[in-house]
Amino acid sequence: MLASRSWLSRPLHERSTRLFLGVLLASLAVVTLLNLALPAGHTLHVSTYTVTLLGKYLCYALLAVAVDLVWGYLGILSLGHGAFFALGGYAMGMYLMRQIGDRGVYGHPVLPDFMVFLDWQSLPWYWHGFDMAWFAFLMVLLAPGLLALVFGFLAFRSRVTGVYLSIITQALTFALMLAFFRNEMGFGGNNGLTDFKELLGVDLTDDATRLGLFLATGVALALGYLLCRAIVASKLGRVCVATRDAEARTRFLGYRVERFQLFVFVVSAMLAGVAGALYVPQVGIINPGEFSPIFSIEIVLWVALGGRGTLYGAVIGALLVNYAKTVFTGVMPDAWLFALGGLFVLVTVLLPRGIAGLLAYRRPRRAAPDPSTTPREASA
Amino acid sequence: MNFLTSLADRDRVFDFLVPVDSPVDVRHGPILYLEDVTVSFDGFRAIDRLNLTIDDGELRCIIGPNGAGKTTMMDIITGKTRPDTGRVWFGSRHDLLTMNEPQIASLGIGRKFQKPTTFEALSVFENLELAMAADKRILPTLTARTSGEIRERIEEVLTTIGLVELRHRPAGILSHGQKQWLEIGMLLMQRPRLLLVDEPVAGMTEQEMERTAELLTGLAGKQSVVVVEHDMGFVRSIARTVTVLHQGSVLAEGSMNQVSMDPRVVEVYLGAEADEEVA
Repeated sequence: MLASRSWLSRPLHERSTRLFLGVLLASLAVVTLLNLALPAGHTLHVSTYTVTLLGKYLCYALLAVAVDLVWGYLGILSLGHGAFFALGGYAMGMYLMRQIGDRGVYGHPVLPDFMVFLDWQSLPWYWHGFDMAWFAFLMVLLAPGLLALVFGFLAFRSRVTGVYLSIITQALTFALMLAFFRNEMGFGGNNGLTDFKELLGVDLTDDATRLGLFLATGVALALGYLLCRAIVASKLGRVCVATRDAEARTRFLGYRVERFQLFVFVVSAMLAGVAGALYVPQVGIINPGEFSPIFSIEIVLWVALGGRGTLYGAVIGALLVNYAKTVFTGVMPDAWLFALGGLFVLVTVLLPRGIAGLLAYRRPRRAAPDPSTTPREASA
Repeated sequence: MNFLTSLADRDRVFDFLVPVDSPVDVRHGPILYLEDVTVSFDGFRAIDRLNLTIDDGELRCIIGPNGAGKTTMMDIITGKTRPDTGRVWFGSRHDLLTMNEPQIASLGIGRKFQKPTTFEALSVFENLELAMAADKRILPTLTARTSGEIRERIEEVLTTIGLVELRHRPAGILSHGQKQWLEIGMLLMQRPRLLLVDEPVAGMTEQEMERTAELLTGLAGKQSVVVVEHDMGFVRSIARTVTVLHQGSVLAEGSMNQVSMDPRVVEVYLGAEADEEVA
């Protein structure tokens, strides 16, 4: 039945994936239409500010999908995915800094403002090449990918899993945060990288650019979702689920478990990097705060709320929680963390499989239920 | 001089010239051959000069009281434990004592442990698919397609283990007995020549035991099967030849009737049960 299809196009034939993509693309079209076609005073008009806000949510959604890939299907609870997100963001930020050229406050033709301020004479070696878009975009994938490769190689080879791995990933992102806070690192220290002007030659403050970035993020989310779906629907995905539930048994069947873990972990880190790269031009700043351990934990909360091991649940969770965060921090800034905590407790008690679990419960059970909808809790 | 003539012997292939992954040679009958095997743990002789021969396609039951060395024997065959002395051959070509566990497994010796471990979130079909002998590196696994041939093989095993109707249900909902059968099916997917089955009917109901007996007797002939079991009723229902182990060596061997007549066997093992039957 599946014999004639390649692994990449396989998810396009799934009903749930088609539904997800349909809803996503339709939403993108509706937002675009409401933004462009209606006058600014109209009640249904979507302002450019809102479009950018939605674009930010979509970045978070892609990040959540990346986390769900390793947590939901491989059973690896990464509490450091913010690091990969931030690295992708910094790669993009470095490109945007070089795009400023001599329009900075100090007007130096090559050096970014903060380097002039620190009285640096020349560009550090690792800033070279970032004036070229192709190089910077390659780094968006390679920087998080390489970190994940080295980190994952060491961790999985030593068979570090479960709680210990989670703790090490927290340490990883915390260490990077401290490093990036230092001015000597050459990444803008505390202030990070900001004051961006142009992306690929177009003005970042332009309404059209903002809408374009929003749409690009939507497309990236769709493609990232498709890639993850293709992976989990392949035999490799079933090996992942097998590893999650009975690692020793999988090894006994002849699968080199640590290599599968490493492969999926690197793919996930790269997706997180892409999300970070799309995030930076939309919010206009990247600073070490993105490396903070709290942020990485928050990502896991989105996935848990939305429903782990479904991919679309991660998207729902990221969108809902971040929308709630925007509303709450506007109305009662101090209450937000309590609301988040309370929400998490409620969902854990009432909806152990998250919002996606609720959706799956309402739908009539198919003859062959998706194995991914019943992740075991043991590995968490 | 004898040595030199043996070197000139044209019929003979030197052992070191035979590749490790060459097929099992069973032209001489036995598929498994243990000779004078002894293992001691801290001075305690778990296996004491054990001699055992399993013929190709045979179904053999091994019984014996606790501590008789049944599990240790399995460990030696699969390469988990190294004997102090003795010889262990698989067919007449492969010296198992020179191989490690994965090599022995890839030769075609499959072992089913007492406690079944299946992938509960995956369907019965997918469990079998993962167990199948295939290229298990990352990219071939990612791009793997479930071809008609693979499907047929899985269906064949599903029929053998009697789980055809449950093929798309997650393994987690299976009963204990069904999980044991699935586990045996996962072994069969690797096309083993020799199956080592450790206590297959522990915790099973009567019907499940009957079904397991049918399954194992059906496998014999195609594969060689060695069953270690405590349940005497079950052994009686499947065994053609029974080997009784006691204190690490063979106490008696023969049909179930012969063995249960043997006064030494009755004394060390069947005694309690024989008394019960009389009563």
